[in-house]
Amino acid sequence: MVKVCQSTIIEAPIDAVWAILRDFNSHDRWHPAIAFSEIEGGEPVDAVGAVRHFRLNDGGELREQLLALSDKDRRLSYCLLEAPLPLMDYVATLRLKPVTDGDATFWEWRSEFQPPAHRRDELVRLVTEGIYQAGFAAVRNLLRRENVRLPVETRMPRAIVEPAPPLDMPLAASMVAPGQTAMTRAIIVERYGGPEELQLKEIGLPPPAPNEVRIRHTVIGVNFIDVYCRTGFFDLLKPPGVPGMEAAGIIEALGSAVSGFSVGDRVAYACPPVGAYSERRNMAPELLVHLSDDISDEIAAASLLKGVSASFLLHDVHAVKPGDTILIHAAAGGIGQLLVQWARHLGATVIATVSSDDKARIVERLGAHHVIVYSREDFTEAVMLLTGGKGANVVYDAVGNDTFGGSLAALAVRGHLVSFGQASGPIGNWDIGRFASKSLTISRPNYAHYTDTPDKLAPHVNRFFGALRQGIIKVEAPRHYDLAMASQAHRDLESRRTIGALVLKV
Amino acid sequence: MTKVYVSSVIPAPAADVWKIVRNFNALPSWAPFVADSRIEQNAQADQIGCIRNFTLKDGGRIRERLLALSDYDLSCSYAILESPMAVENYVATLSLTPITDGNQTLAEWQAEFDCAAEREAALMHQIGNGVFQTALTALKHRFGR
Repeated sequence: MVKVCQSTIIEAPIDAVWAILRDFNSHDRWHPAIAFSEIEGGEPVDAVGAVRHFRLNDGGELREQLLALSDKDRRLSYCLLEAPLPLMDYVATLRLKPVTDGDATFWEWRSEFQPPAHRRDELVRLVTEGIYQAGFAAVRNLLRRENVRLPVETRMPRAIVEPAPPLDMPLAASMVAPGQTAMTRAIIVERYGGPEELQLKEIGLPPPAPNEVRIRHTVIGVNFIDVYCRTGFFDLLKPPGVPGMEAAGIIEALGSAVSGFSVGDRVAYACPPVGAYSERRNMAPELLVHLSDDISDEIAAASLLKGVSASFLLHDVHAVKPGDTILIHAAAGGIGQLLVQWARHLGATVIATVSSDDKARIVERLGAHHVIVYSREDFTEAVMLLTGGKGANVVYDAVGNDTFGGSLAALAVRGHLVSFGQASGPIGNWDIGRFASKSLTISRPNYAHYTDTPDKLAPHVNRFFGALRQGIIKVEAPRHYDLAMASQAHRDLESRRTIGALVLKV
Repeated sequence: MTKVYVSSVIPAPAADVWKIVRNFNALPSWAPFVADSRIEQNAQADQIGCIRNFTLKDGGRIRERLLALSDYDLSCSYAILESPMAVENYVATLSLTPITDGNQTLAEWQAEFDCAAEREAALMHQIGNGVFQTALTALKHRFGR
């Protein structure tokens, strides 16, 4: 007797997942291996004892009987009555549990059966990968299609499903992937961890769904959020998955329900779901941005996320106005450089912090009024000195742990700390009672909440591209890495050695 | 009978999470609201029937008896003997289930108890949110999220 047990988390409420799975005849709507299914004798789908008779894509026919169904435990058991494979005494149970923290669903699928000894490994693999893991991915995709009109969720399902390895049997082959699935090269994170987890692999790429387009990437942006996805600090990426949320490229194919885009259009995006570290991908086009001829792919991929972020940080999170004194940390970084130039244009007095003299020179050239090399100088004292003891009206802090306390101390009365990252580590817990000593405001903006619909995104894109065209902000040519060298790009980004933006070239 | 159920995904293998939560005397090392803990009468922390006597950071003192501990099911049940919460017949179970996809862990924490009807909503929130979810969130952070 062998036992197989697979489990996963589906990013949907338990009732939505159970509504699909409790229907004993629903599997031909979601499982990629199943072509057709019916309940024998016209029995109801939830009658214990009902038999489903179904045909696989390769023509193989199976019969399975419902042994137990519980809406209380959200559990369903069934056994195999007839099959073209020696899955003897196969009894399977699937059960769901709610994940109250995040309104997701835990799904476990387990079975026992007696395979012939010489086919044991092959059959275990078929059940594990070809049936259970493929089923998880299929239900995840089904729920994603049903939810396509909803706003971007904070936890997105994988955009690209890695096909199970091909198995040397006709039934298995049909269960694994439909024949027209193309392959593409992509960086895969198999598990959360260091830069070494970024591995170049060939993965399957199905045709775009009706509401999706396929994009051939030319240049891919590398951002600190990709590091957080790789390490699991953010759960936008669930291993195995493809990281990356920013790229430029060309539309290569359209789903049947897509309008407003044509094959050959130049586009860019800076949004979830993850999946940009790839040669090609499918995605819903709602948040794609058309590129005009005067914006190169390279500039778009290097700066769209940062430019849109800079736009809402300076206009929405805090509306910077002439006369404000603002402190910008990591000012030589990708987003820091944009904030410095743009804030100066808005009439603010800009104080910038950097880690080295080389970076200080760059930031001075960008127009910062004062530059503090924080490795040498206490930036809080310096800000107080520069402002005659008043402090800064706004601090833009994406450094996190190393600077958070100092940033609070550098604020003026009724100052505003905009904490939008934690490159040096999480900021930890702070007693907000203490903020009353200066009536401080703290913001913790989340990119998605300012950009997750076309209506929210468009003003920022237009404002950013407008600022580029008018020369209000300049974007330095980014540093290039080959797609295969994504791990090196992350190492360099995390070492804080880099100046300006990093991109991957396809 | 009032029931509270909280569950959360911990980004670490179940065996690693279990190493931390199986120790009935180790709440101060992972539950942020617990100041110190001891096992009464010099018993072992994995001896069924042993009593943990712990102090909360807000000063409250709680005594709980270990009812069941399973290294096979990765679960632990206990009853409250004394607490400042005014609950009766309080029995709770903390259990772990492996999530094979990504080698993570589903942590479930549930409790049943009796209490005065007008206190029910506040207690459900205090236990579900202030105790169970707060401790599970601390576990998540401990494993890097």
